[in-house]
Amino acid sequence: MNRRNMLAAAFLTIVGVFLVLGMLLMHPFGDPSSQAMDQFIIDNTVEETGANNGVTSVVFDYRGFDTLGEATVLFTAVASVVMLFRRLKK
Amino acid sequence: MKGMSTIVKTISNISFPIITIYGLYVIAHGHLTPGGGFQGGAIVASGLALIAVAHGSSWVESKIKEHDLSLFESLGALAFISLAFLGIVFGGVFFTNFLVDTSMLFGNIPVGGAADINTGGTLPLMNFAVGLKVIAGLFAIVVVMALATNKKEGSS
Repeated sequence: MNRRNMLAAAFLTIVGVFLVLGMLLMHPFGDPSSQAMDQFIIDNTVEETGANNGVTSVVFDYRGFDTLGEATVLFTAVASVVMLFRRLKK
Repeated sequence: MKGMSTIVKTISNISFPIITIYGLYVIAHGHLTPGGGFQGGAIVASGLALIAVAHGSSWVESKIKEHDLSLFESLGALAFISLAFLGIVFGGVFFTNFLVDTSMLFGNIPVGGAADINTGGTLPLMNFAVGLKVIAGLFAIVVVMALATNKKEGSS
């Protein structure tokens, strides 16, 4: 076993230890650590946004900035693809 | 690239309206049922991609230009940002849901869990804007790639 393989083995061991640690320290399913925000949205989404779908009210109302960034990412991706392939066409 | 066989064309012609209607339903009911502008737009765009693949890129080139799709995508983005800025005008905050609890379009609030489609404030309008944007954007990618392969095969 040369030095490079030993380095690789040590690195992989460290990564694996952290992965297993992360798995063991994970919260149980359905039991988030802080529930104040979730409960606020569950209680108020119908009165505040008038929408029955809480996910849409979060995506388009409570966190609209996030959706704006997402739409910007899509716009940039489409613009760059169109630019790239338009040059290829000629 | 020429189109595929008659069987594929017929089947895709039959299934294309169904896919489109389902995608538009997902967009229009984004504030009531799971889904929304992004998901429904992806469904409609995949239906359009199906028909583009089945009929071939030369057929696509005779039907639609990517200029129009870019125009529609920019219109969707503009409508989305305009709705967000109208929140400043009417409610004082960016992205305010200024239509909710009014007598305007989509202004109702569901009572007791039973919701009709006339609820949600600005959420359905934003869903429409994002849906238009996603449909035009994803189909523009497909069309541009199809046209690029078309030209490449023609020259070689």
